[in-house]
Amino acid sequence: MEDPVVAEGLSRNFGKLVAVSDVSFRVHRGEIFGLLGPNGAGKSTTLRMLCGILDPSGGRATVVCFDVAKEPEQVKQNIGYMTQRFSLYEDLTVEENLHFYAGIYGLGRRERRTRVPEELDRAGLRERRAQLSGTLSGGWKQRLALVCATIHQPPLLFLDEPTAGVDPVSRREFWAHIHRIASAGTTVIVTTHYMDEAERCHRLAFIFRGTLLDIGTPAEVIERRNIRVGVVSTSDVAVAIDLLTPHPAIDEIAPFGDRLRLATLGGVDPVALAHEVLGAGPGVGDAREIVPNVEDAFVAMVHSEARNGDGS
Amino acid sequence: MNRMLAIAWKEMIQARRDRLTMGMMVGLPIIQLLLFGYAINTDVRNIATVIYDQDHSAESRGFVRRMEATGFYDVVGHVDGYEQIGVALRSREAMVALVVPPRFGAEVEAGRTAQLQLVVDGSDPQVVASATDTAMSLASARSSVLSIERLQRLGQPAAMPSQVITVEPATWYNPDLRTPVFIVPGLVGVILTMTLVMFTAMAIARERERGTLEQLIVSPIRSAELTVGKLLPYIGVGYLQMSLVLGVGSWVFDVPIVGSLGLLYLLSVFFIAASLAVGLLFSTLAKTQQQAMQMSFFFLLPNILLSGFMFPWEAMPAPARWLSTILPLTHYLRVIRGIVLKGASLEDLRAELIWLAGLTLFLIIAVSLRFQKKLD
Repeated sequence: MEDPVVAEGLSRNFGKLVAVSDVSFRVHRGEIFGLLGPNGAGKSTTLRMLCGILDPSGGRATVVCFDVAKEPEQVKQNIGYMTQRFSLYEDLTVEENLHFYAGIYGLGRRERRTRVPEELDRAGLRERRAQLSGTLSGGWKQRLALVCATIHQPPLLFLDEPTAGVDPVSRREFWAHIHRIASAGTTVIVTTHYMDEAERCHRLAFIFRGTLLDIGTPAEVIERRNIRVGVVSTSDVAVAIDLLTPHPAIDEIAPFGDRLRLATLGGVDPVALAHEVLGAGPGVGDAREIVPNVEDAFVAMVHSEARNGDGS
Repeated sequence: MNRMLAIAWKEMIQARRDRLTMGMMVGLPIIQLLLFGYAINTDVRNIATVIYDQDHSAESRGFVRRMEATGFYDVVGHVDGYEQIGVALRSREAMVALVVPPRFGAEVEAGRTAQLQLVVDGSDPQVVASATDTAMSLASARSSVLSIERLQRLGQPAAMPSQVITVEPATWYNPDLRTPVFIVPGLVGVILTMTLVMFTAMAIARERERGTLEQLIVSPIRSAELTVGKLLPYIGVGYLQMSLVLGVGSWVFDVPIVGSLGLLYLLSVFFIAASLAVGLLFSTLAKTQQQAMQMSFFFLLPNILLSGFMFPWEAMPAPARWLSTILPLTHYLRVIRGIVLKGASLEDLRAELIWLAGLTLFLIIAVSLRFQKKLD
C-alpha cells in the first residue's frame, strides 16, 4: 500500500523569503511522524502545504494518493488538522463546537447525534459539555480541539504544535491519546519544538531554515550525530564555561544550576575532557557520562549547519 | 515628560506601520472635502422634466423654451396624459411635469388668465420648492412682457388681469412635503448598507483573527457553502431591520406605504445580496476586524453623501453622479422610495433593477475570484 504522505522536493517562497526548500520525505501508515525544528524553520508551512491550503512553489506532494496542489479538496476529505491555536469557537459551548465541526465534515444529523456524545464521553468532556469553550483551561481546550479535528475519523491527522501552552500533565495525557489513535491505524504528523515530545515520535524529520537536515528514528538521528554528553558539577560555572568554550572538541556547553552539560564531537570523552581542562581551575566535582537525547542531537546539527554555512 | 513622549513615539510608529489607518488619516479629510465641497450642492439644476402640452401653440412652445433656458429644467420628453406623467415620475424618468391646458395660447392672446400646472415629485422635498419657484417667476416675467406688448399695441391700459400666465403647483407623492416621508425609506437602505457590509466584513475577519478560518478552509467544505452559509443569517437580519424601520416609520412618523410591500421585500434581496458581497469583498482584503471596520466606514461615507439619501442627486456634478451610479444604494433608494412613496410597479423600476442586479452579479463574481480556500 502506498505511503499516506509522500513529499518530493517540496518548496515554498513568500516573496523573496524561502520558507521551505526542497523537502522530501515519506510517512508510513500508522506512524507518528514528527517535524522538528525551531520557530520559523518552516514546519507549519510544510504542514499547510500537505493539507492543501497553501500551494507549493515547487516540488510535489501526495497525501492519501491525492496531489496537494491539484486535488486539495480530496486531500481535505481525508485529513484532520489541528492548529497551534486550537481554532475553537470560544463563544460556543464544548458540545456546540463539536456539533459544528461534525456538520462541517458532512456528518448527517443522526450520525452526529450518536457520535457527539460518544466522543464527549471518550475525551472526558461530558461534564463540561455545556461550558463555553473559551473558559476551558489549556489542556481541556487542546483535548476538545483534538476531538473536533478527528470527529470524522480521518485516516491521517496533522497536528501543528498541538501542545503549545499546555501544562506537562495534560501534555503527557495528550501524547498517550495520540499513541492510541496511531495504534488504531491513523497516521499522525506532528510539528513540535519540544524535544521531549520529539522522542515520542516513531520517526523524525529535522527542519532548519527551511531545509531538511536529517530524517530517521530518534535513536538513528542521535546516533548519526556521533556526540557524547556528560554532566559535570563545578565550583564556578561561569569560569568553567569560559575555559571550555575554546576547546575544539566541545560542541555545546549548557549550564544547569551548578552543573554543566557538555557535548563533545569526534568521540571525545566529555568527563575526561572536563577533568583535563578544569582540573587546574574551578575543579570538577561529580561527573558522569549520560546518553545523548534528541535535544543534544538537534543542537549538534544546528551547530554543524552554522559551521558549514560560515565556511561557504 | 519622557514617559509621555515614549508613548507618543510608540503610537506614531504603530500608526505609520498600519498602512490602512495611515491611508485613512490622510485620505479621509481629502475625500470628505471633495465630497462635501464639490459633490454636495443643494442648488438643484437640470431637473428632468416632461411636458404634457395639450395646446401646441407658439405660446406654449415659447414657455417650454424659456424653461429650458433657465438651465433648471431639462426637458426629457413629451407625454400624452396624466397617466404617462405618473409613469415618468414613478420610474424617475422625470421629477417635474409641465401641463399646458388646451387653448392656452388663445387665452393668453385674448388677455385672459391662463393657468399652467406644474406637477412635482414630492418624494424629494428639496427639489419641490425650487422647481415651483422657478416656474412661477418665469410665468410672472412672461406676464409682464405680455402686458407691455399689449400696452404698446393698444396704446392704453386694457382691462386685463395683472398676471396673464399663472402656475398652479401640484405636488404628487408626499404633498405635505414632510421630511420623514422622504428620509425613512431611504434610512432602510442606509441602515442595511451600514450593518450588512460591516457585519459580513467583520464576521470573516474575526474568524481569520482567531484562527478558526484556517480550520474551516482545511475542511472539505466548499467555498460556496462557507460563504452562503455565513451570509444566510445576515439576510434574515437585513429583512428584520427593514421591517423594523418601515414599521416604526409608518407607526411613529406616519410614513405612508403606498406600493406593494411584497414587491419591496422581493426586490430588496438584490440589494441585501449586493451589500453582503461588498462586506465579503472587504473581508477578503482586511486582515483584522479593525481593518474591516475601517473599510466599511470608508465605504459608508460616499453612500450617505452621494446616493441621494441626504442631498439631491440632481444637484450633483456629473463625476459625482457617475460615482454614485456604481453604489448599489443609489439604485436601491430609488426602488424603495418608488415603491413606498409612489406605488411604483416592477415595470416602473426596470432600469434601476437592471443596475442593481448587474452590480450584485459583478460583486459576487469579484468575491468568488478573491475568496479562495487558500491561506495566502
